[in-house]
Amino acid sequence: MQEYLIPFDKELVKDIQEETLINMYTMMARIRKFEERVGDLVSEGKIRTPCHLYIGQEAVAVGVCFALDKDDCVFSTHRSHGHYIAKGGDIKKLMAEIYCKATGCSKGKGGSMHITAPEVGFLGSSAIVGGSIPLAVGVSLASSIQDNGRIAVAFFGDGAICEGVFYESLNFAALKKLPVIFVCENNFYSTHMPISKIQADTEVYKRAEVFKIPGIRIDGNNVVKVFTETKKAVESAELGKGPTLIECLTYRWRGHVGPSWDLDKPIRPKEEVMWWVNNCPIKRFEAFLMKEGILSDLEKEKIYKEVEREIEEAVKFAEESPYPEVGGGGNGVFK
Amino acid sequence: MRYLTYAEAINETFHQLMDQDERVVLIGQGVTSPWYVGTTTVGLIDRFGERRVIDTPVSENGITGIAAGAALAGIRPILVHPRMDFMYYAMDQIANHIANWYFMLGEKMNIPLVIWGIINRGGEQAAQHSQALQAMFTHIPGLKVLVPSNPYDAKGLLVSAVADDNPVVYVDDRWLYNQRGEVPEEMYSVPIGKGVIVKEGKEVTVVAISYMVVEALKAAKELIKEKVDVEVIDPRSLKPLDTELIFESVRKTGRLVIADGGWRTCGVAAEIASLVSENVFGSLKAPIRRVTLPDMPAPASRALERAYYPREREIVQSVIELMGGNYS
Repeated sequence: MQEYLIPFDKELVKDIQEETLINMYTMMARIRKFEERVGDLVSEGKIRTPCHLYIGQEAVAVGVCFALDKDDCVFSTHRSHGHYIAKGGDIKKLMAEIYCKATGCSKGKGGSMHITAPEVGFLGSSAIVGGSIPLAVGVSLASSIQDNGRIAVAFFGDGAICEGVFYESLNFAALKKLPVIFVCENNFYSTHMPISKIQADTEVYKRAEVFKIPGIRIDGNNVVKVFTETKKAVESAELGKGPTLIECLTYRWRGHVGPSWDLDKPIRPKEEVMWWVNNCPIKRFEAFLMKEGILSDLEKEKIYKEVEREIEEAVKFAEESPYPEVGGGGNGVFK
Repeated sequence: MRYLTYAEAINETFHQLMDQDERVVLIGQGVTSPWYVGTTTVGLIDRFGERRVIDTPVSENGITGIAAGAALAGIRPILVHPRMDFMYYAMDQIANHIANWYFMLGEKMNIPLVIWGIINRGGEQAAQHSQALQAMFTHIPGLKVLVPSNPYDAKGLLVSAVADDNPVVYVDDRWLYNQRGEVPEEMYSVPIGKGVIVKEGKEVTVVAISYMVVEALKAAKELIKEKVDVEVIDPRSLKPLDTELIFESVRKTGRLVIADGGWRTCGVAAEIASLVSENVFGSLKAPIRRVTLPDMPAPASRALERAYYPREREIVQSVIELMGGNYS
């Protein structure tokens, strides 16, 4: 598994401001702490909506979203909290939605899997595997019709590669040279199934070849690498060269759904899970930042303190918020 | 007054909508082909170009999602499925995504998309090129469903569909394409959810859907000879449905026949029958009758097609039987 990792070095960060690096680190910490808190709240029975935790994959959402403008749009999946937070969504509204409260970003009607923050370009998440990929292509089609330079990103997992709509979407986007970036988070498992048992060819990025678009496989746990490769894809799209497929190798620490590590189930060897935990995307980045003198222990402590304060504020907000009223404000089926 | 065929009315509406509003685009399989969509798209590609008249690969689910994504980003797409049968491929995007998006995400994002599905019945086209799926879409919360039956409504409802902020499934029956009718040249809209009495009568209400309105009007004429005075109602929209118009008519006549070109079980006719039973049961003088397709796939042979597709004769027969008579 060692071959999946690309070490951090000075060359990789040479064009990135220190402040940006610190912001990336902070955002990853925010997602990690948020998800850990959600996991605990699920265990305590306070959260019931099915939560698919993003712990271990933070570098992908952060690396991609930091390469985008606020107006650029992203679509996500059932495992969506990280993308929402990285794109700049309000975490109080997110926590309230996970509590299924009226103050949630989807008014308590969507739950964990259906969240949205259109004000920051997070247009929504779908629990149907592969389902939001064509929606992202559609936004990029609108960009090309309106000529407004807006980029769209579709986040999806390796499981979505087995859906027909993935290929339909890639073909159309490649054909029309649309400004869309396909980001596959390959965490090696589609629920309980290792990808080697469901894909004839497990090299996801090679799917790009048949559509004659760039496809790359990168260390998805190296936030800077994700950021720089996404930047290249954005530039390519802006030049009218069309889409890029970025396969980010990463790993979800917990089980498919809920806080459990599922180590008692015959799905993933404990050694494998621990290898990824030991190569934590946040710890790796942190070690580099400290080595380079960009981050100090004091600053780190300050960041975590602030992030935890924000999250506790979000939990308090969610707990104190009312549930949606039955029949309140119409049924909301039609605009 | 000016007369146009149904297909000409749709074509004119596309030209006017696209000319008036640059957000309107036409996307789908065959929009530049001379046969898939009949003559309804003539001249559009030359006038508006490939950027707004987008012919697509046969990727129904993908293209439907792409049209929905464009709608989320401020475009007003009209998406065509030139044979409704292929819409099954797009059911995930239509039912899971498009219909749910507004509700599921707390009313933040609406999808102003017109999904234009065309029924291609008859012609020995068999089971996969002939289905009338209006009931499928009417069943799903979050979709509006329109079923125009004449050139005037085809134009007015298309204008309303494009102006609507919700997803609208606009169901066309190719058997209507050569019907002629009065169509004003200027843009006008027909309100969504408002039905119309196309022929007044006192003894039996016939609610007819889409092309079955044409057959119901023929039946009504025939029934005059049999001294039965029927009222024909065209709901024009299945969701929302103008229930009050139907109830009021049933209160007057006490008898109801529903004619729909879809299947019988859990069909549009079944739904209208339930609504009438639930709401105006006391006004009924006889059981409700349905004229629909039987619960079987469409056959190819014309010999079998004649029995499969109900027409004027089946409506006349139902009405006469309802009046206690015999018809052979």
